[in-house]
Amino acid sequence: MGTIQPKVAEPVSDELALVHAAKAGDMGAFEELVRRYDRNVFRIAQHITQNREDAEDVVQDAFLKAYQNLGNFQEQSKFYTWLVRIAVNEALMRLRRRRPERMVSLDEDIKTEEDSMPREVADWAPNPEQLYTQGELRDILGKTIQGLPPSFRTVFVLRDVEGLSTEETADALDLSIPAVKSRLLRARLQLRERLNKYFKNRTGGDGKK
Amino acid sequence: MTCSDFLKELTDYLDEAMDAQTRAELEDHLQWCHNCYVICNTTKRTIEIYRDSHLYELPDDLRDKLRSAILAKCHNHQSSCCDEAHPSKEAAGPKLAASPGETRTK
Repeated sequence: MGTIQPKVAEPVSDELALVHAAKAGDMGAFEELVRRYDRNVFRIAQHITQNREDAEDVVQDAFLKAYQNLGNFQEQSKFYTWLVRIAVNEALMRLRRRRPERMVSLDEDIKTEEDSMPREVADWAPNPEQLYTQGELRDILGKTIQGLPPSFRTVFVLRDVEGLSTEETADALDLSIPAVKSRLLRARLQLRERLNKYFKNRTGGDGKK
Repeated sequence: MTCSDFLKELTDYLDEAMDAQTRAELEDHLQWCHNCYVICNTTKRTIEIYRDSHLYELPDDLRDKLRSAILAKCHNHQSSCCDEAHPSKEAAGPKLAASPGETRTK
């Protein structure tokens, strides 16, 4: 069985040069960093907050904070990982504001391992995403990931959507590597379980198409 | 190897983050355990579908607006820093504070 190949990351050879130039006050260099990572920050923010306006605010605030704190960036990690850490914190803060009644933290340990144990084992249609239009598919995927606890979907989006390594994810979220792996496994299994109802092989002819 | 053992290793298996011997043991388990085969395959598809879905892409027009807003705030920050360093220049123009509540671009 094949395995998952990570996304090919954008070349970062000149990232440090851009950071140095931005630290020296070169606004053009900082703008290039914004152009390079704004889409990623927006995706991460919307995955976490599940709210478009909040995601827009997170993009602005994360880059502004990065700019304001460039002098404190020690360059021990990639600039992108440092930026992601800022963006995740901003996104979680906005989520807490919207849901003050619920604890929102990356440290929360969700229930037990049993919450992620597969309950339904059903094979999927050969190309399940083709059972739906692009719009329907986006709705399904959005609704499905929205049901995950914030700490799970944060790890999932960093590792599986944005392609950060386990180590980079741990660094960005200030979690241990075992904690990242545990959350990632549970996020993946819960998403799989929830997608079953849309994608499973329907031999009885009661499904779509 | 039990199914429970397999599931614990599933993430490392999909990420190819394991030694050759453990990998061989997992693949041996997959040869005869249909349930784990299905779970492994559908979990892999889950990841691929999300990765390829372009969920929450940033539209170009919004991207331009956000970038302009970010750069304007950075300029304001830089200006206010200069003003603090040189208080006599403060009268030259108004300072714009960038509070979280004022970040909306539209």
